[in-house]
Amino acid sequence: MSSSTLDLTADVVVAGGGPAGTWAALTAAVAGADVILLDKGYCGTSGPTASGGTGVWYTRPDPAEREAAMASREALGGFLQDRRWMARVLEQTYENMNRLETEARYPFPLVDGVPYKRGVQGPEYMRRMRSWIKRKGVRILDHSPVTELLVDGIGTVAGVRGHRRQQAGDYRVRAGAVILATGGCAFLSKALGCDVATGDGALFAAEAGAEMSGMEFSNAYGIAPAFTSVTKTAYYSFATFFRGDGSPLAGAGSQGGRSVIAAELLRAGTVLCRLDQATPEQQRQMRLGQPNFFLPFDRLGIDPFTDRFPVTLLLEGTVRGTGGIRIVADDCATTVPGLYAAGDAATRELVCGAFTGGGSHNSAWAMSSGTFAGRGAAAFAAGLGAAATRRKLTGVGEVGVTSADESGIGRAEALEVIRREVHPYDKNYLRNGSRLRPALAELDAVWDALRGGARATGGDLPGLRQAAAMVAHARWMYTSALARTESRGMARREEFPELDPNQYHRLTVGGLDTLWTRPEAVTGRGLAVA
Amino acid sequence: MIELVSESRCVSCDVCIAVCPTNVFDAGPGGIPVIARQSDCQTCFMCEAHCPADALFVAPQTHPVPDGSPLRDESHLASSGLLGSYRREIGWGRGRRPGARLAVGPELGRARITPAALS
Repeated sequence: MSSSTLDLTADVVVAGGGPAGTWAALTAAVAGADVILLDKGYCGTSGPTASGGTGVWYTRPDPAEREAAMASREALGGFLQDRRWMARVLEQTYENMNRLETEARYPFPLVDGVPYKRGVQGPEYMRRMRSWIKRKGVRILDHSPVTELLVDGIGTVAGVRGHRRQQAGDYRVRAGAVILATGGCAFLSKALGCDVATGDGALFAAEAGAEMSGMEFSNAYGIAPAFTSVTKTAYYSFATFFRGDGSPLAGAGSQGGRSVIAAELLRAGTVLCRLDQATPEQQRQMRLGQPNFFLPFDRLGIDPFTDRFPVTLLLEGTVRGTGGIRIVADDCATTVPGLYAAGDAATRELVCGAFTGGGSHNSAWAMSSGTFAGRGAAAFAAGLGAAATRRKLTGVGEVGVTSADESGIGRAEALEVIRREVHPYDKNYLRNGSRLRPALAELDAVWDALRGGARATGGDLPGLRQAAAMVAHARWMYTSALARTESRGMARREEFPELDPNQYHRLTVGGLDTLWTRPEAVTGRGLAVA
Repeated sequence: MIELVSESRCVSCDVCIAVCPTNVFDAGPGGIPVIARQSDCQTCFMCEAHCPADALFVAPQTHPVPDGSPLRDESHLASSGLLGSYRREIGWGRGRRPGARLAVGPELGRARITPAALS
């Protein structure tokens, strides 16, 4: 360690300061743990939740309402959800949303005199989460990306190392347990608030020995006005889509017709849109419900209800997919002792199965899994007792951290391959083995080249690690996509358009240099079958 | 992308430097933050929301706007009401009602699928 390294100790470290990370930090702190939260950006503005409005999968504790909420999504999700997890997430979300009102004093709107809790405004929500966790004694380090996990002599996760970019110094935190709430991976596509979501936690977890699950459910693309960032796909349910020549683009739609938009963008480069199905009352409600949806229109002088404007599709990857770090216990433990995962960093198959449009299910999962992980990590740390602070720590980071022969490539070259092999609609969205296989080969080669590349230090290290994380993420995605030779949920294959009952399983994927997949029995369904 | 830091409006609180999730700003001479890494801007509008002086403007494009664009012109942005408009919309700032209090969007039914011929 250099003399400028900040050396800290905590019971629980939380990496990531979005909804999952803040709920995790809050829960661990309330359970009595000394908590440090590390955000690569700023806790309160980082990530897709902070920058928009989002629905919340909120239901009253009424058996019929809960049953309907669970049943409504099962076919969409390819029946891969876990009923028991869905029920506990609905229950936890109900409790958390009520606490958000009473303890964080979130200003919910009143509908017929009753607080309306089926949505939150991101800026307001995350601003209040930040002040709430500070009141509970959580120490927050902003602009402090984690760069690797630290383990003890038997491989138990025991801390993190990282960099403080505004102080130009490194840090190390010794901890009893670590929660990864680092978000999904949107591959720097500029989808709203998503450029901080580069899949860092999945790389860290894999280096410590953890597994991924559901990585084939990773081809989410959101609709945005062309050349802008505002991916608020839900309101495009009011849209009519047109070709560049003004003729209707038959079959196009925000749900159930998005691939038609992708195909037309590939063919002709232009798709136009008009939100002409919204009544004046709905138009007024849209502005109240999602003020930021209108920022591009107001600033470019477009009336989206009467004008035709060009749209594009931006990659949202596993932010609105369901793949992530595999969870193996009710407290969001991973397969590695001392390591927990929450929010978009973790697999959301347990509540969403093979499909999520993002939004309400993801936000319910974020706050619930954060709560579960915070409780689990605090208990794990407490169980270690005083021994927790006497362990010898070793970093497990590889690409960019350990020295190599410097003949390989760096961040810029890796990002170029990501743009070429992961962003395009004909590779990641409209999937076909004949295009996935060469793309995966290219990504494998980039991984090997990164492995052979130079070691980075200080402020250069986080960017290189993010590039490595994205390449690793893409390789897990395509490896899983190739292993699933059917179409289930969002994981569709052109050459296998039907659902195959013989592939009714989840897919675990892992490895860094050599990748592997393993089918996993679907849990928590009792006698239910596909 | 972030296009404007208004020197006349900026109160040198450096909040934008702290809250930008992609670390776009640096402290500048005379206390006016500078846009040091525009290409890292993710166009999330969060700096605008947190600026207490309505001194920042984020153009909706994810690429820099050309020189001479009205979206870089402070007098145009001020007179058109665009400067500070996001903060006004979400009801942040003294004496305003939080937009969250009113945020009930429309019920979303099944998405429309564009028909082959429009009536």
